[in-house]
Amino acid sequence: MAAINITNVSKIYAGGVEAVKSVSIDIEDGEFIVLVGPSGCGKSTLLRMVAGLEAISKGTVEIGDRVINDVEPAERDIAMVFQNYALYPHMTVYNNLAYGLKNRGTPKAEIDARVAEAARMLEIEQYLTRKPRALSGGQRQRVAMGRAIVRKPAAFLFDEPLSNLDAKLRVSMRGEIKQLQKRLGTTSLYVTHDQLEAMTLADRLVVLNGGQIEQIGRPLDVYHTPASTFVASFIGSPAMNLLRGTREGNQLHFGSQVLDVGRAAAFPGPITVGIRAEDLRIANTGEQALTLKVEYIEELGAQRLVHGTVDGKKLTASLSPEIGIGETLSLSIAPERLHFFDADTGKRLAQPSAASDGKRVEMLAIAEA
Amino acid sequence: MHRTKLFDHVILMMGVFFMVGPLLVALMTSSHEAAEIHRNGLSILPGGHFVDTYTKVLTKEGGFTGKITGVRMMMNSLILGIGFAAGKIILSMLAAYALVYFRFRFATITFWMIFTTLLLPLEVRILPSYEVMNTLKLTNTYSGLIVPLLASATGTFYFRQFFKSIPDELLEAARIDGAGPFKFFIDVIVPLSKTMIAAIFIIMFVYGWNQYLWPTLMTTDESFFTLVRGIKQILLVWVGSNIPDYNEAFALAILAMVPPVMIVMIFQRWFIKGLTESDK
Repeated sequence: MAAINITNVSKIYAGGVEAVKSVSIDIEDGEFIVLVGPSGCGKSTLLRMVAGLEAISKGTVEIGDRVINDVEPAERDIAMVFQNYALYPHMTVYNNLAYGLKNRGTPKAEIDARVAEAARMLEIEQYLTRKPRALSGGQRQRVAMGRAIVRKPAAFLFDEPLSNLDAKLRVSMRGEIKQLQKRLGTTSLYVTHDQLEAMTLADRLVVLNGGQIEQIGRPLDVYHTPASTFVASFIGSPAMNLLRGTREGNQLHFGSQVLDVGRAAAFPGPITVGIRAEDLRIANTGEQALTLKVEYIEELGAQRLVHGTVDGKKLTASLSPEIGIGETLSLSIAPERLHFFDADTGKRLAQPSAASDGKRVEMLAIAEA
Repeated sequence: MHRTKLFDHVILMMGVFFMVGPLLVALMTSSHEAAEIHRNGLSILPGGHFVDTYTKVLTKEGGFTGKITGVRMMMNSLILGIGFAAGKIILSMLAAYALVYFRFRFATITFWMIFTTLLLPLEVRILPSYEVMNTLKLTNTYSGLIVPLLASATGTFYFRQFFKSIPDELLEAARIDGAGPFKFFIDVIVPLSKTMIAAIFIIMFVYGWNQYLWPTLMTTDESFFTLVRGIKQILLVWVGSNIPDYNEAFALAILAMVPPVMIVMIFQRWFIKGLTESDK
């Protein structure tokens, strides 16, 4: 159990390609950090640098106050769970779990005890004498986790551990990983491209894009106050609607359509407006509203996603299934629910309507305290 | 499903006939007396001298020096075949391990150099090789018989392809588990290559067992003669009114087939596995 400090870490490949660009993350002891981003964003590279499987080009990684840049993977006091499990196919489950301990010269009795404990925790006791090939995907993933647990490392590193599982199993394993991590209290670094996995697992999530950190924050904070259009469109499903518009006075203009935002213009001119699908509601009669030309509807049971266009731009609204839908919909949104981003850089603009967000953050802070 | 028809059986039976027929003839002929064979030609019916011919072949001290027995020749062949196969496997596994898992300069070039030697048969380098062995005073030794043939491009190539198909994560997991290069090789690579080793062992054993030219060059001392050479030796007695011991030649040929057949039968389960699936 230890804190991990990643300071200005870069990865530069032989060809001069910079896969990770000066990333700094301070991970507290026992924290569950999820690195999330699209493929090629450098999240796996970053994890592998912490694991010692890739050399660190620049910067330092500390695990528990020890700089481990030049330390062998085996000496870093970490354990890793791989996407394809990477179990030794010719060894029984027991030997898979015990191999790392044997190499460290752990006494036989202690190996037995630790393997038994891990097997009990993961409910794989009855498989200990089997070979991995005789196990299902979920069971293999448990064994892979068992191999990490028996070592009692300072940190767990997960490299997309659930990607090879089917959807249903993924959800249940996700819950198990979360509970297990809470129970063991081991600092964890978890890589995934699945934003839902990131949201549900993380104490804090790190959104990476093009080798750089877009945002670090607690899942709900990232969801409610995305730092850029990239984060806004990546976190949350369906993705946040991003509409280009112009702000004039109290009004937002989307082509011919106008939305009243009620407050003084802090940043006039072109702007990108972010709208969460679930923040849209059917406008009351007489209320100023956006007219959505409905194209198709996705039924999800609990809600229904209405896809359409506003002034030629795509927009998705999440509505209750009770609402009847015609060819067009009048949609309205509370002004404080709007997100504003710089039209050029995509960075979030400090909102004049941030009061409500501020309140929520305060409440979270109180709850934490 | 395809139903087996008579015609299918006919094809298979013809195959069996052509494969087994000659062996049967050799076996049967070997149980007749040499003079009889000389008079009547090959035979498909058993003669009455099965046991004594084979006992004679195995135990009679023959050759020019009168010291060499069939058992001795069989031993020599086994030493050559097994030493050859085992040596080739060890050497080519180590070479392939280096080529796949270590990044050293000119690795690719090294591999292609090894690979191109596939194109050169032993016969091309047989005189220089002989010269080297002669200078090292290794003629008429088992090392001289085996060592120069050990470097195997084929083996290296097969193992390299196989190692490349082992997922990298396994190496990474082993590194995190604290296994160094040697431990990883012994604990992971070797067990995983089991089927591959069996397959290569069969091929190489049979190849080594059947070596003729190289042992002929390397060994002048009859106590190093192999079975394959022994057969030739029996037929070389056509002097004056002597009739070559056809029966013994046939008996020796049959005996020479037994060990490779046994090796194939023992290893075939792994052999087929090694060629078709990988245990990953």
